[in-house]
Amino acid sequence: MATIESSLLNIGYLETLSYQQTPLHRLDPRAKLLTTLVFIIAVVSFGKYEITGLIPFMIYPVALIAVGNLPPGYLARKILLAAPFAFFIGIFNPLLDRAVLVQLGPVGLSGGWVSFASIMIRFTLTVSAALILIASTGLNAVCLALERLGAPTGFVVQLLFLYRYIFVLTDEALRLMRARSLRSFQGRGLGFKVFTYLIGQLLLRTLARAQRIHLAMRSRGFDGTIRLLRPLEFHLQDAVFFLGWSSLFLLLRWYNLPHQLGHLLTGLAP
Amino acid sequence: MSHHLVEVKDLEYAYPDGTKVLRGVSFRLTHGEAVAIVGANGAGKSTLLLQLNGCLWPQAGTVRIGDFPLNKGTLSYVRRTVGMVFQDPDDQLFMPRVYDDVAFGPLNLGLPPEEVEDRVMQALATVGAAHLKDRPPYRLSGGEKRAVAIAAVLSMSPAILVMDEPTSYLDPKTRRQLIELLKTFKHTRIIATHDLDMVLDLCSRTIVLKEGQVVADGPTLAILQNDELLHSSSLEKPLCLQGCPVCQGRKAPAD
Repeated sequence: MATIESSLLNIGYLETLSYQQTPLHRLDPRAKLLTTLVFIIAVVSFGKYEITGLIPFMIYPVALIAVGNLPPGYLARKILLAAPFAFFIGIFNPLLDRAVLVQLGPVGLSGGWVSFASIMIRFTLTVSAALILIASTGLNAVCLALERLGAPTGFVVQLLFLYRYIFVLTDEALRLMRARSLRSFQGRGLGFKVFTYLIGQLLLRTLARAQRIHLAMRSRGFDGTIRLLRPLEFHLQDAVFFLGWSSLFLLLRWYNLPHQLGHLLTGLAP
Repeated sequence: MSHHLVEVKDLEYAYPDGTKVLRGVSFRLTHGEAVAIVGANGAGKSTLLLQLNGCLWPQAGTVRIGDFPLNKGTLSYVRRTVGMVFQDPDDQLFMPRVYDDVAFGPLNLGLPPEEVEDRVMQALATVGAAHLKDRPPYRLSGGEKRAVAIAAVLSMSPAILVMDEPTSYLDPKTRRQLIELLKTFKHTRIIATHDLDMVLDLCSRTIVLKEGQVVADGPTLAILQNDELLHSSSLEKPLCLQGCPVCQGRKAPAD
């Protein structure tokens, strides 16, 4: 129960971060959204054994965290929270792909381990970029940017409603759990059967609330389209931010900078 | 102006499971009246309110708002005229920011952006919530949510305000501020509530519902002093009309 509560507070904290006033926060949400997309596409488009080519991409999250005054420790914890997903996607690679790819002195690294490491690096890069986007922009502004960029309105509205009511829903779930634990003793009443009742109850309450929300919307003239009134202005600095970072990503995508540097320093031909 | 008129005639309604909630409710309200609808839990108060702007449709009887009977054709007019404040502000504040929520109605009415801006800021100023405009609704306190929910309705400039339990969830001071605010409104106000002290402060007229029927309709003071009526409708005299235990020589509970 405590974990639900605290992780919820943590989502709220992500939102709080987006209220700051830094050069990063002041950028148009569209510029940040598009840059993040280019970044993610560039990162995931590498071959499966790529590691060195990915390293220079670290500059993007590091620079944004610095400029946007974001807490690196907090973001790292958020990334760790999602890490198991990537971990289980990649963990079987070392078992399936045993061909030795790199020889580091006496230790031979198999292709599986290399691709596993590559997955984890990609995961860290993409998730941190997404978290930074939210922490520097706020989910609502991201949705607005999505809508302005031509994403289907239905999808955007779903996302907005999800974000609006996830707090109400978890609150409701929390109250149910609390009510149960207050009247459960010695593990009795905490079983799976009661849990299924709770879930059913939550579903019914959610449906009832959805109905009330719908009525409230209809009462104020809702006719199927959500209209948002908020000016967005794309300034020069937004264009510079987007084009600058995007061209850097493309450069890093086509030229393996660590390789080139290594060759330059050791004087070996490629 | 005649569009402040609310007339309900022989209204009947049963929920789909067969529970009969309204059994022939009739009343007529005129311009600028503040009317309380009181009654026990399940007496039909909330159901009655939902009939007033076509959230529910009566199975028998009619609702008239202003010059028009309520039907599918007049629905959008009626919804513009009747502003409904729901009991749980979380149901009503569904947009990402307070500003968007207050702008929701006016934008749906198709008003031009400058007009919407004016109305939103004016409505927020009226309820004293202009400083909250960029906040997400889930971050507001109970009183702030209530104020914003009222602003969200005011921004459509309704002639009639319908409120379900406006003072629930509020601390005494916030409740008092809300009552003072509602007193300043010139709208026809229909308020369903259990807060009889507020009724005494705010409403000149009271309608008592019992098991889906109007059992009394008249001046608030007369109704709230009728012990027999109150008792039979599961109500109680407002505290400020009850004898003071100290100064009337009655035994104080502490003794």
